[in-house]
Amino acid sequence: MSVALFAPCYIDQLYPHVAIAALHVLERLGVNVDVPMGAPCCGQPPSNAGFERLGEPALKSFVRTFSDYEQTIVLSGSCAMHVRSHASHLGAAGNRVATNTVEFCSFLHDTIGLERIASLGATYPRRVAVHIGCHGLRGLGLASPTELRISPFDKVRALLGTVNGLSFAPLARRDECCGFGGSFAVGEPAVSARMGRDRLRDYGSGDAEAVVSTDVSCLMHLDGLARRDGLTLPMMHVAEILAGAAS
Amino acid sequence: MSAHPTRSLPVIDSTPVDHAGAAATFLENETRVDWHDAAIWFAREKRDRAANEVPEWEALRSLASDIKEHTLSKLDEYLITFEAAATANGVTVHWARDAEEHNRIVYDILESHNVRHLVKSKSMLTEECGLNAYLEARGVNVVDTDLGERIVQLRGEHPSHIVTPAIHLTKEEVGETFAEHLGTPIGLSDPTELTAAARIHLREKFLGAHAAMTGVNFGLAETGGIVVCTNEGNADLGIALAPIHIASMGIEKLIPGPTELAVFLRLLARSATGQRITVYTSHMHRPAENQELHFVLVDNGRTEQLGRPDFWRSLKCIRCGACMNTCPVYRRSGGYSYGSTVPGPIGSILSPGIDLHKYGALPFASTLCGSCTAVCPVKIDLDAQLYKWRQIVVEAGEASAAKRTIASAGARVLASRRLLTMGGAVMRAMLRVIPAGIMRTLAGTWADDRELPLPRGESFSAWYQAREQRKRDGGSNVS
Repeated sequence: MSVALFAPCYIDQLYPHVAIAALHVLERLGVNVDVPMGAPCCGQPPSNAGFERLGEPALKSFVRTFSDYEQTIVLSGSCAMHVRSHASHLGAAGNRVATNTVEFCSFLHDTIGLERIASLGATYPRRVAVHIGCHGLRGLGLASPTELRISPFDKVRALLGTVNGLSFAPLARRDECCGFGGSFAVGEPAVSARMGRDRLRDYGSGDAEAVVSTDVSCLMHLDGLARRDGLTLPMMHVAEILAGAAS
Repeated sequence: MSAHPTRSLPVIDSTPVDHAGAAATFLENETRVDWHDAAIWFAREKRDRAANEVPEWEALRSLASDIKEHTLSKLDEYLITFEAAATANGVTVHWARDAEEHNRIVYDILESHNVRHLVKSKSMLTEECGLNAYLEARGVNVVDTDLGERIVQLRGEHPSHIVTPAIHLTKEEVGETFAEHLGTPIGLSDPTELTAAARIHLREKFLGAHAAMTGVNFGLAETGGIVVCTNEGNADLGIALAPIHIASMGIEKLIPGPTELAVFLRLLARSATGQRITVYTSHMHRPAENQELHFVLVDNGRTEQLGRPDFWRSLKCIRCGACMNTCPVYRRSGGYSYGSTVPGPIGSILSPGIDLHKYGALPFASTLCGSCTAVCPVKIDLDAQLYKWRQIVVEAGEASAAKRTIASAGARVLASRRLLTMGGAVMRAMLRVIPAGIMRTLAGTWADDRELPLPRGESFSAWYQAREQRKRDGGSNVS
């Protein structure tokens, strides 16, 4: 199977260690993964800000770059959801890419399976607060959201459940949005910051020693707030935990 | 996409709503935000428990959505059926094209009976139409009889939430308002005693009323009747005592008949307040002896919304308020920050259709987290509609110049790996193409509350290319 890994623009430039960890995890699992140097972005940031037309060249470039792969693993629930919901408007190739694009944790859970994930033997003896990005949660079905009355499941916690020593911090609001929201963070700065600080408070009440997320963009926001407030709270992508890179 | 909205509210003020600014002001009082958020989240959690009691909850939501979509797709036929059945029951049916016409119809009915005192149970439609001010200006005294609505009316305010209109107030503030207007002892803030005082006050108003108005939760096309759901019984008391009952109903409130009603009654109260059913669910079909019953069917922009392919599903709304309760932005910015009769996510997809210039900021007052869509009992795709309204706001030129420049420069960078790599980091790349003043504003807003990401070495793509090069050069064990 030909598989590509896509590291979103902000991860590529600002959080390279997250993409390196993800690549190492996939390679150790025996996935023959390619990182094509075409599209740097899926076009989501301008599109969600109301500038879909300006975002379209990026999405088209994404489709061109990944149309020949059987699966494209995206290191962000938010970007994956944008591609899955909007690329299908871009002809046959777009449709194919929309269908074949999958978020990193979904790929590990659904295609690789928990047994093989456990074989990675990752260890992280800390109590972690899990933050599943809203688009991954409600848009891609990474876990059952608290609003729905469906059988509970959680692919992210299932993956993290294979990690030695890791435990979960209890949270009062398991799936409340962190307030990042892309352009929302600068367009509605007061609400955005307050939402983030409320998440940090919840993590504190649950005695969390670290925050683990599916989306580094949420973490960029939460980490920026935490450091401004003088909190020491490591924030990591799921891939970093599974790679054993963080300890 | 259908034509851009051209209608405007009867309220002449079309100054654009500054949601972000109003929210920032609301957030200054952190203690108030704490309990506002907690009180409304409490309703969300009650709703979760109530929904979880119903194993077929998700099937009910789908069914309710299907019924609403079906009814809306044949709304013209159902309205005619409804009118015929209601008329046969002895009800006088009126049609109002817009808010002005609605207000005039109501006033004409009252005027022809020389009504000077009107009691009115909760009706967001009459808020939307600005009826109270219209009638007061013509010498009709209007008393809102829902306790929350009466509190905000006494304060000269409007509801900040469609189900719990005074949710933004503390019991101490209610005490102050009652001390001023109802003569309760200064400093009294015990909810039971305040409620008792309100009862005495409202009883006088009920007994002295010449006419009663109600809203409508559901109109039943088949039987020509209406259903009103309240917890306080104020709608029932009003219409039981007054010789004239006027019920105002948005045309989207129609459902086929009593069979379908059963689906909605199971969803409405559970979604709204976490109750299994409201305390009163009153069915009204025909006037009592010596009484007049009027239904006013109001369009006021609904037909136009029905004609918009991307937005007609917003008319499925049954006004439960669950999307407000779950919205992390609403809970922290307060209902008034939306500047519209219906606040929160549903208001943000309805209001731009009424006045795009005025309400253009509302679709952006969301992180697109999707909680509203998941909680909605009639499965309105709220987050998808917020996204689509954003595109229309921008296309219509209602986005600020700074936003435009940032977006177009940003989009250029993001579409090209060469441009993105050029600066070595997103920040530096953006500094090159975005005018310095705007970049400072942008980074400044981010940096007001947050530290910027820590600088790392080379980008992932540079690291990867170097590794692949080493592989090609024959290196082994590279990683």
